[in-house]
Amino acid sequence: MLHIKCPYCGMRSQNEFSYGGDASVKRPELNKEISDEEWDNFVYNRKSLRGKHLELWQHLSGCRQWIKVERDTATHEIFNTYKADEEIS
Amino acid sequence: MTQKFRLENGGLINRNKKLSFKFNGKTYYGYEGDTLASALIANGVHLVGRSFKYHRPRGFFGAGVDEPYAIVQLYRNNETEPNIKATEQELFEGLEAKSVNCWPSVNFDIGAINNFLKIFLPAGFYYKTFMWPKSFWYRVYEPFIRKAAGLGVASTKHDKERYEHKYEYCDLLIAGSGPSGLASAYAAAKNGARVILAEDKPRFGGSLLTSDVNIGNQSGEDWANSIISELKEMPNVVVKNRSQVFGYYDHNMLVMLEKVSDHLPKTKKHHPKQRLWYVRAKQVLISSGSIERPLVFGNNDTPGVMLSSAAKEYLKVYGVLVGKNPLVFTNNDSGYETAIEFKKNGINPIILDSRVNPQSEIIDEAINLGIKIKFSYVVVAAQGYKKVRSADIAKISDNKKQLGTVENISCDCICVSGFWTPTIHLASQSGNKTKFKEEIDAFVPGTSKQNETTLGAANGIFTLEETLKSSFTAGQELSTKITNNDNKISFPNVVEKKSSQHDKFWCVPLPKGKSYKRFLDFQNDVAVSDIEIALKEGYRSIEHVKRYTTLGMATDQGKTSNLNGLQLVSDIENKVVPAVGHTTFRPPYTPISIGAIVGREVGKHSKPNRKSPMHSWHEKNNAVFVDAGVWLRPRYYKHGNENLFEASKREAKNVRTNVGVCDVTTLGKIDIKGPDAAELLNRVYTNAWLKLPVGKARYGVMLREDGIVMDDGTTTRISENHYHMTTTTAQAANVLSHLEYYLQVVWPELNVNVVSTTEQWAGAAIAGPKSRKLLEKLFPNNDVSNEGLPFMGYTESELFGVKARIFRISFSGELAYEINVESDNGQFMWEKIIELGQEFQVQPYGTEALSTLRIEMGHVAGSELDGRTISYDTSLEGLISKKKDFIGKRSLNREAFTSGDRQKIVGVVPLDKKTSIPEGSHLVKDAKAPLPNKKLGHISASCWSVEHDNPFSLAILKDGKNMIGEKLFVMSPLKNKVIPVEIVSSHYVDPKGERVRS
Ligand SMILES: [Zn+2]
Repeated sequence: MLHIKCPYCGMRSQNEFSYGGDASVKRPELNKEISDEEWDNFVYNRKSLRGKHLELWQHLSGCRQWIKVERDTATHEIFNTYKADEEIS
Repeated sequence: MTQKFRLENGGLINRNKKLSFKFNGKTYYGYEGDTLASALIANGVHLVGRSFKYHRPRGFFGAGVDEPYAIVQLYRNNETEPNIKATEQELFEGLEAKSVNCWPSVNFDIGAINNFLKIFLPAGFYYKTFMWPKSFWYRVYEPFIRKAAGLGVASTKHDKERYEHKYEYCDLLIAGSGPSGLASAYAAAKNGARVILAEDKPRFGGSLLTSDVNIGNQSGEDWANSIISELKEMPNVVVKNRSQVFGYYDHNMLVMLEKVSDHLPKTKKHHPKQRLWYVRAKQVLISSGSIERPLVFGNNDTPGVMLSSAAKEYLKVYGVLVGKNPLVFTNNDSGYETAIEFKKNGINPIILDSRVNPQSEIIDEAINLGIKIKFSYVVVAAQGYKKVRSADIAKISDNKKQLGTVENISCDCICVSGFWTPTIHLASQSGNKTKFKEEIDAFVPGTSKQNETTLGAANGIFTLEETLKSSFTAGQELSTKITNNDNKISFPNVVEKKSSQHDKFWCVPLPKGKSYKRFLDFQNDVAVSDIEIALKEGYRSIEHVKRYTTLGMATDQGKTSNLNGLQLVSDIENKVVPAVGHTTFRPPYTPISIGAIVGREVGKHSKPNRKSPMHSWHEKNNAVFVDAGVWLRPRYYKHGNENLFEASKREAKNVRTNVGVCDVTTLGKIDIKGPDAAELLNRVYTNAWLKLPVGKARYGVMLREDGIVMDDGTTTRISENHYHMTTTTAQAANVLSHLEYYLQVVWPELNVNVVSTTEQWAGAAIAGPKSRKLLEKLFPNNDVSNEGLPFMGYTESELFGVKARIFRISFSGELAYEINVESDNGQFMWEKIIELGQEFQVQPYGTEALSTLRIEMGHVAGSELDGRTISYDTSLEGLISKKKDFIGKRSLNREAFTSGDRQKIVGVVPLDKKTSIPEGSHLVKDAKAPLPNKKLGHISASCWSVEHDNPFSLAILKDGKNMIGEKLFVMSPLKNKVIPVEIVSSHYVDPKGERVRS
């Protein structure tokens, strides 16, 4: 079970969180004309990366905040965690 | 029967407490502190089972967790449990055990005929033989295998025992209480670190209990006892025996099984049988020791052939002789320690040492004691069927290839030592890249991936002094980093005998003209010849060889067989062992009971149970409950001898004619506040929300980004920036997360807060033509007329002094209202409704009547919004705004979503107006068409229409829009039904929706 640092609550066990997928995906703006391909990429197409991956998790059984977790998908190493609106350098 | 093989004195057993037990129906006696194995050996019982494949007789091979043979079916307190190792099971008064994998009995086993007929099942036998012909599987092979194989029987009864789960955090978790575990725990504890020390056996001390050493002028055992008693007194230390750390998972999470009560005849009241510990440790010290390696020779699986360390443990811990005429066969000094223990207890062993001329202190001691030693000698084959009677031995050439003349000497046991294999399972599970250590011919942990350090024998260190020194240092240094304390401990003086180099030789060649089976894997019956076949047939990867031959795949996970298997592959392939590599170690290290894994989450505890504030009223009024997600909801209220069908019909009918009341507390409720709340709703729902006035409710549908309907419900504007959203019972949690995601991640600029208020409000739906009259009684000071409180109106009031919210919304299609009060007042509200509703014939109705009412109205619910339907399919496309964007809108122009014959919701009525239509049935054009008959749609929900008094169903049907009036067939192969039906509108009652507005 992973040990994830919630930026609001501190170190918590994985079973308090739910997984929210690739955090680098950006929803197209509302009312914006976009191609089918662009929309498909947003809705369906995800890379299955091996290695460092920025992903969303929600601290569901905690503060209910969505957070960003930088994790290695192969080793499960967590490098850093961020608030959802935090700029990542 | 007397304990013929028990010594007069010695051992760590309690000779004052005699225990009786039964094995295969026969009564024996042992002592408190025995294992089932030690007590059986004391009684001269050496035959305990049959092997898995060949049904060869099986005895004892080890004395602990590594045991491949002595697996029994245990009976304890009217329960039975399979796959119990006799070498681990502690004896208790009244214990009963039986042999497994033998039929009809352990002494006469029909399966063993395979053995005598020499139909030896070779490697890949199962793959080759049982693959063809296919039909033979069911008729011939499977029944045979089921009868012949198996390592016990799982109980079919409900397990009444309690299993607990415990979560724990610590600075250092130390797995194993041998010398390295004790030393590191002591050093870390003295530094104030929070330490958990786990020992899988009942007694602490590991190898110190059986080795002839001296630490700080104490025997190893006394030193271990003094350290343990000191540790037990320290508040920062948890010391646990009977606790096996069996799994090492991510981020230093380890799982340990504590056998709390398995050593007792019966679990004490309020105690669990077993406890599963989830331990998150800052540092892990693996002090799991090592397991002796077998030597491989002909018939080396005969009962009486066992590890020399096990023989020593039976002697020193249990005061039991594994034989009175022992032969010790060794390639290193460990065998000598066992022989010396025999000699000290008046038994005369013979040592066969494969080495040419080894010299060491231990060998000198054996010589001085007058023990007979034959150097350059090996056991060629064990003789005897159910027990070793003699051994064929021979001199072996220096290059270990040629055997001299074979001679036969009598013996009643053969104690083997092929040197030691570090127990690296936990380190390997943690992701440690193990490395091969040439000096000991075994793998040891290499570079750590997590915060883990392996100590002592588990790390390939076999001298006590070095083990203690490195373990004290590790415990000291790791704890200092955590606690910043730096208490130095003076290192005790250690006296131990020096050993000489072991011999790399491990497998005795076959003498000319003999084809003895030489076993590598004792539990799965994998012999040298099986590996040879696998390699001949082209298998190269060790993972493939393992699966083809089943080497190391038994419940002992090859603890005694892995390394010899690798040696053999590398010998044949002319590779070095590290090039062959080892197979993956996976948790659990030892078999774990299903009960321990499940813990307390069984039966009614398998999920949380949520009850509405009116639950006790429902109970008192004969409600029959149904699970709705985690909620318990009344399904119907039973009057007299009514069944579900009769009761729900009565309840639904009463709503259509008078007034009914339904507990709708379980609906998801989300409180939404903030200046941008309307904007959020406008983006989340498919219809327009910016112009909803205060005091009005609106029905809305929300989609996922892929265009599929996610949920529906009404949302009410309570005040300028305050909304009350309702969701379906099932989707409540998902909808909240969905809103939070968009507010926090996608549109953080929106100034809105959302919070679940599902449990804060109790809800009652009042539905039926007389509902307004009832409402007038409940709220005499409010104008609840059609003008005062119109359809989709909202008002706040007081219900006899209790704050209440009144919504004019309807799920039943009747004139209806929903009243919410704070949860604590729920029961009060409910009782008032029942009390004042008497004159209007009010009746409570459950989920079954609720379903009937919504189905005949054509209102969609979870069975239509099943994650596969879009708004069009469920006739909700009228709610799609063309003017604004919303979540999922961009997906709606997908080709499949816009095709002309897209599926749509319809009503279905059987032509005979009598036959009920099973939910989930398929709709087809022609009932007699050849299979596969093309499916046109499926029945999503069925009821008995109380309005029309005949069955009615909803269906999602291809091109449903153009199918009204068509005659089709409902097919339910499951219920063996074919029903001719007519397709009608899904709005079977009040299609214009006049009642809700009346
Ligand atoms: Zn949190």
